[in-house]
Amino acid sequence: MAQVQQAADARAAAQSRVRLELLTELVRKDLKVKYKNSALGFVWSMANPLLYLAVFTLVFTFFLPNGVPRFAVLFMAGFLVWSFFNSAILDATGAVVGNANLVRKVRFPRVVLPLASVGFAGVHFALQLLVFFAFLVPFYPAAFGPQLWLLLPALAVAVTFTVAMSLLASALNVRYRDVQHLLEIVMLAWFWLTPIVYPVTVVRDRLAEEGLLWLFRLYMANPMTAVVVASQRAIYNHPVVTVDGTARQVLPAAGYGFYLQWLGVAAVVSVALLLVGRWAFRRLQADFAEEL
Amino acid sequence: MAAPTIVAAGVGKRFLLHHRRATSLKERLLLHRQSSSEAFWALRDVDLEIGAGQTVGLIGPNGSGKSTLLKVLSGILAPTTGTVTVRGRIASLLELGAGFNGELTGRENVYLNAAILGLTRRETQRYFDDIVAFAELEPFIDNQVKHYSSGQYVRLGFAVAVHVSPDILLVDEVLAVGDESFQRKCLAKIAEFQQRGCTILFVTHALDLIPRICSRGVVLDHGRVLHDGDPVEAAERLRSLLGTGVDQSGGGAAAGADRPRVAAVRLFDPASGAEKGHFRGGEAMAVEFDVAAPPGAAPMAVRMAITGPADVPMWVMDSDPLHPGPDGTATVRFTVKELPQIKGIYAFAVAVRDPSSNLTYDARRFSEAFLAVGDTDTGVLEVVWTAEQVER
Repeated sequence: MAQVQQAADARAAAQSRVRLELLTELVRKDLKVKYKNSALGFVWSMANPLLYLAVFTLVFTFFLPNGVPRFAVLFMAGFLVWSFFNSAILDATGAVVGNANLVRKVRFPRVVLPLASVGFAGVHFALQLLVFFAFLVPFYPAAFGPQLWLLLPALAVAVTFTVAMSLLASALNVRYRDVQHLLEIVMLAWFWLTPIVYPVTVVRDRLAEEGLLWLFRLYMANPMTAVVVASQRAIYNHPVVTVDGTARQVLPAAGYGFYLQWLGVAAVVSVALLLVGRWAFRRLQADFAEEL
Repeated sequence: MAAPTIVAAGVGKRFLLHHRRATSLKERLLLHRQSSSEAFWALRDVDLEIGAGQTVGLIGPNGSGKSTLLKVLSGILAPTTGTVTVRGRIASLLELGAGFNGELTGRENVYLNAAILGLTRRETQRYFDDIVAFAELEPFIDNQVKHYSSGQYVRLGFAVAVHVSPDILLVDEVLAVGDESFQRKCLAKIAEFQQRGCTILFVTHALDLIPRICSRGVVLDHGRVLHDGDPVEAAERLRSLLGTGVDQSGGGAAAGADRPRVAAVRLFDPASGAEKGHFRGGEAMAVEFDVAAPPGAAPMAVRMAITGPADVPMWVMDSDPLHPGPDGTATVRFTVKELPQIKGIYAFAVAVRDPSSNLTYDARRFSEAFLAVGDTDTGVLEVVWTAEQVER
């Protein structure tokens, strides 16, 4: 009898707990729906980063040369992880609202909806990263050194921060649909405030010239900056370059301490935000079925 | 008896009826002062304990909170007050195929829907063939669901919901959709679940189903539990609440001033003569019909039929020809010595006819007039009756 009860309790829990199987099934669904009836399918997921790469390389090596050798590598190192963050957040914002028919009618853990958005963006990110590395093998072999390990903590922080923001955005958007519109603008500003298309040292040096070096700490406290800069250090293995005989810093430090330190700050921020996000989601989800 | 599967303790659900709902931040700020919202309690102090294996019929007038209660029990809505404890997997037949995505094939949707209902991929693989066979969709399972007919869609949703081996099945008016063979299949499946010891909570407006299927009936009204217990009493209670007891008489189409018609009907207990709305199996019942005919009309006869579900006549009683008085009226009394002891809800219909030509002058039906409770589901309906003309 007790066993029967336990089994029943387990089945009840399976309907309210986040299960990996449910998550993969939802991500699989999103992928299938997105690429159904499309001849090129997954190839399209490469189109967006390639377009950005072409445009920014044209602008910053030809129209407004910023003097960074192999700018394409530096740009892609930061852009791919940003792109994961960006598309996960924007997708997660509409995740609960967009699945209103499910939320209003079926018992299941609602938190899988924003998580599936992160997973969906993660699958694309993984593929893009794979293709990027395939290009690096012949064109930038310097990337494959011990510094590449830095990518692991950077990605761990990126995923934590993305999940935290996704939970907040998706839950808040049910109550205030403004979140969606607000985020579209905020993400654009955030993109430019993160050192993706320009080296972070430009910011540091400009602030130092103005005597505002303390502001640089604030700038680095943005978790995405820490993630992007660490990813750049992991892949773009030329922290100091020599241009026309003068040494120039592209990345703020040749060692790893600087990056790990700021990743640590970002990790603390991310975990705190994750706790807030989980709390907010739980609090707000009771009303989802009514608000939709 | 096993431990309760569903326990609702002091459950209340309050909805805020916003006269102007702020859906954006701006509106929320602007409307802050004048935000006029009214609290509306869809459920109030609901205490319900449902043991494993019980089949409970949940009935009530429209807007009484039945669907809200199901949604609270299934965890879709959070209760405002009180707590809900559920042991076991819930499958709800509230919205069949709610999680389907039209772009995906039937096969892909089965896997997705089963995952949402709490199954692992391996479990789904095990049930997959049964699901497809039950839905009768073998040739179409790899077609996109958006090309399905609504019947195919509902069948697939139902097939998934009943194959996830639920411990608790919530059924909300599914029997109102689908064709007759599908409804029969639903009922057969529900019976199978009952045998397997599944707990079933069943919302319906078809009151005759309640005594047939349920072991317990719960009547909700304005969010409160009015009755919890015997299913037949529950149906009776609701019927008196709805005021659909005796007189739902619709005038016969053929009725006219120049033709005989049924003028009045009285139901009463033949022993005491007291008027009574509902009768139970084993009781005696008397029905008096006043028939009004134009002066000098030919003799007429009254036929009374006891009808079962779907107004099928089950027993037909014909009176002898009546002889109207000088004012053209006559009264006939049918007395049934003992109502049948078979579970169910019966009604009766009455017709005024010309005994020689069998022409019907006027016919009326009285829905859900009496209930019969007995130990048996089936049996021979044996009605002992008399009909006599009475002088008033």
